[in-house]
Amino acid sequence: MTVDLATLVAILAMAAATVLTRLSGLVLIRHVSLEGSRRKAIESIPPAVLMAVVAPTAFATGIAETLACAVTAFAALRLPMLVSVALGVACVAILRALGL
Amino acid sequence: MSNTTKLQDFLGGMRAISPLIAAVIPIGLVFGAVAATKGLSPVETGLMSALVFAGGSQFVAMDIWSHPASWTGVGFAALLVNIRHVLMSASLGTKMSGFTPPTRYLSMLFLADEIWAMAEFRAKVARLTPAWFAGLVAPFYLAWVFSGLAGAALGAFLGDPVVLGLDFTFPAVFIVLVMGFWKGPETGAVLLASGAAAVATQHFVPGVWYIAAGAGAGLAAAMLTGKSQDAEVTP
Repeated sequence: MTVDLATLVAILAMAAATVLTRLSGLVLIRHVSLEGSRRKAIESIPPAVLMAVVAPTAFATGIAETLACAVTAFAALRLPMLVSVALGVACVAILRALGL
Repeated sequence: MSNTTKLQDFLGGMRAISPLIAAVIPIGLVFGAVAATKGLSPVETGLMSALVFAGGSQFVAMDIWSHPASWTGVGFAALLVNIRHVLMSASLGTKMSGFTPPTRYLSMLFLADEIWAMAEFRAKVARLTPAWFAGLVAPFYLAWVFSGLAGAALGAFLGDPVVLGLDFTFPAVFIVLVMGFWKGPETGAVLLASGAAAVATQHFVPGVWYIAAGAGAGLAAAMLTGKSQDAEVTP
């Protein structure tokens, strides 16, 4: 149960970088006014950000991942969040077992 | 606000985040197990989850982990992966009129993707309150830290997460969250721009620039379509 000094410093560097990104948006909106088309752009941030994180997995990893992403997305239109996630995970496990 | 309404708000936040807690526990277990294979002790793994509290950047750090750890390498990677939080906190910050300035900054320290997405959903239908936000944060934070610890301690006993498909929980959660923000064709344009830019960047540029590139491209698409709509209204 030891904490390596280099590891601790690395963790603190990650934490500092993350805190910086989380707080700077708040500082930013104090200095930039958000009206009209900027307001609209702000509302597009959630899907833009989430899509950027997930796109390489969804479209450029393998057939199993792409199909499972499609299944998850369709499930999310109708089913509760957790059920959709579980379906996606089951789907990817089955497809990988089939060798896709 | 009375204490009863505060409690009700807190419980409301807890209810809203509960399915995501069930989804984040396998992600935390996988993270802990991966960290153990990279030589991190359970204490180190728990510290990282508690202090960084940003799953995406923690997985990326495990990808590039070395011994001894390079603080510049993982620090810069965390900055790049989490640069999207600037946009996220700017967006959510405009919906926090019910928060005092110190509470606003304190709340932003816990801006994980899932918490942020649920807060954005809430702000569409009701006024976001600090108590409701705390209801999102408290259980989700504990679930993330303790599932990471458990994963690190159990390590090899968990079996291969890839065979079980558990590594897919993380992208699956993101897909479900994306679908929740669908508002029509203009969302389609944003998703298309973001997805195409992210895939292209990931293909041609080493590292994790694709997240910033995709988010930026989606934002640009929204500004362009927003501008053309403004032009139609005021010729």
